[in-house]
Amino acid sequence: MANIISDETIEYVGILAKLELSDTEKEAAKKDMGSMLDYIDKLSELNTDDIEPMSHVFPVRNVWREDIVTNGDDRENILKNAPGEKDGMFEVPKTFD
Amino acid sequence: MDILSMTAVQIGQAIKEKKITVEDATKAVLEKIKECEPLYNCYVTVDEEGALKSAKEIQKKIDNGELTGPLAGVPVAIKDNMCTKDILTTCSSKILSNFVPSFSSEAVINLEKAGAVILGKTNMDEFAMGSTTETSFYGPTKNPRNPEHVPGGSSGGSAAAVAANECFYALGSDTGGSIRQPASYCGVVGMKPTYGRVSRYGLIAYGSSLDQIGPLCKDVTDLANIMEVICSYDSKDSTSVKREDNDFTSALKEDVTGLKIGIPRDYFGDGLNGEIKEKILSAVEILKAKGAIVEEFDLSLVEYAIPTYYTIAAAEASSNLERFDGIKYGYRTEEYNGLHNMYKKTRSEGFGPEVKRRIMLGSFVLSSGYYDAYYLKALKVKALIKKAFDDAFSKYDIIVAPAAPTTAPRLGESLADPIAMYLSDIYTISVNLAGLPGITVPCGNDKDGLPIGLQMIGNSFEEHKLIRAAFTYECAAKCGKDGE
Repeated sequence: MANIISDETIEYVGILAKLELSDTEKEAAKKDMGSMLDYIDKLSELNTDDIEPMSHVFPVRNVWREDIVTNGDDRENILKNAPGEKDGMFEVPKTFD
Repeated sequence: MDILSMTAVQIGQAIKEKKITVEDATKAVLEKIKECEPLYNCYVTVDEEGALKSAKEIQKKIDNGELTGPLAGVPVAIKDNMCTKDILTTCSSKILSNFVPSFSSEAVINLEKAGAVILGKTNMDEFAMGSTTETSFYGPTKNPRNPEHVPGGSSGGSAAAVAANECFYALGSDTGGSIRQPASYCGVVGMKPTYGRVSRYGLIAYGSSLDQIGPLCKDVTDLANIMEVICSYDSKDSTSVKREDNDFTSALKEDVTGLKIGIPRDYFGDGLNGEIKEKILSAVEILKAKGAIVEEFDLSLVEYAIPTYYTIAAAEASSNLERFDGIKYGYRTEEYNGLHNMYKKTRSEGFGPEVKRRIMLGSFVLSSGYYDAYYLKALKVKALIKKAFDDAFSKYDIIVAPAAPTTAPRLGESLADPIAMYLSDIYTISVNLAGLPGITVPCGNDKDGLPIGLQMIGNSFEEHKLIRAAFTYECAAKCGKDGE
């Protein structure tokens, strides 16, 4: 394997991804990511120096509309799906003291 | 009358002619679901009560002339990554195990306007990440043609439900082949429309620049009719494209005279099963006999499509799946210490291994220091792949290829080696990168009786050519069979 993923990298990516991996999962993730990156490294065979990166296949630009509310108040229905709800709002765990 | 073996359009016609009622069709298919679900597990949710209720309402609207379209009253199954108002929508994930949307996706609304009876939600790979429907939190779906094999994926539940007559047609979504590959494995017809044809509003996003909703059904006539219903411009999807040519049934013509077909040599080399190669090439011979002009060519860049796809799809997935945080909807971990710990525990418990693998990879390729080397590089290769297709379509009307390198693998054989599983999408994946339309039609079975799919790829917004070619092939293949 050409790409060796360090413990620090997996820790860092875990923070970015907001995932808490067990030690076994971390070991598996190191191996998986290493082999995926080896595979992706194949792209470096291609010279892309003068190529513009293509995010969209069609030349779509920002699509604007008037800022007018067209949907009704659906708060009650939306909150039905929330794991925590209080006084018509999403309830979140305490974030600071 | 054997209701279950009828196509969607035939059911719609029979209802219109009052030979059967909407309730007859709905009850027949619900019975079939009860009988088959223990064997195949095509559905995550069956909404029996809702289906029977809407069957009655739709019948009234047909009777009073409000609903006149060809699909009015026909029962349909929806892949479980499309939001359906008041019906559980899980994406086959634990993290959405209790999510009941307050709205429906635009494609589903379009079906409802056309008088569709919604039967329920079909199983899939978790968040559409997988090629076998084995990564579902709700257990794998089995292939009705042989239950020891997978149905393909990620729209495996939709393809299997059509194959098992557990619905008359279904909606799926295709990010890297997730409609065309399961259609091929299950022996049904499926289409990934051009990016932008069908609104993605209400489709739970995986790789937003690649995702597209499309039909899985019994024949090409059904396909054209479903496409006419689901394709529409939608201001709620900023990538939706306004088109005046959504009249797909006008392409149901038995005529490929002068149609230029390109056969990419690089899709027929090592790695393609010999029996599949033979069946695809004999299908091409049929089209040739009907007047098509066939030529081989080199598409190029085929081996770069999968690494490009996984970089882009994983990057977009890592961003799209940030919204699952245990606050607004879905699963929340039971014990936690503060907000960040809640996020981490919720997500770690709520997502399965393949989803975590792609979120990790996506977070890595987008991280500072690696963004240019991986993500930006993939976007540049995507531009090259698009150009390779542009060059091909300057010479050919359509490209004909296999849908997958093998027939359906056995259950349990694919997940151990992700890269090997990813290779099953090698012939479908670049179509998503280039935003093109692609269709799969059955073209025979292998020696074990497993279906083989013929894939046809068109230039952007040229679905009509694909439908015409597929319809011509289907008619000719049927005639061949009848003549035997």
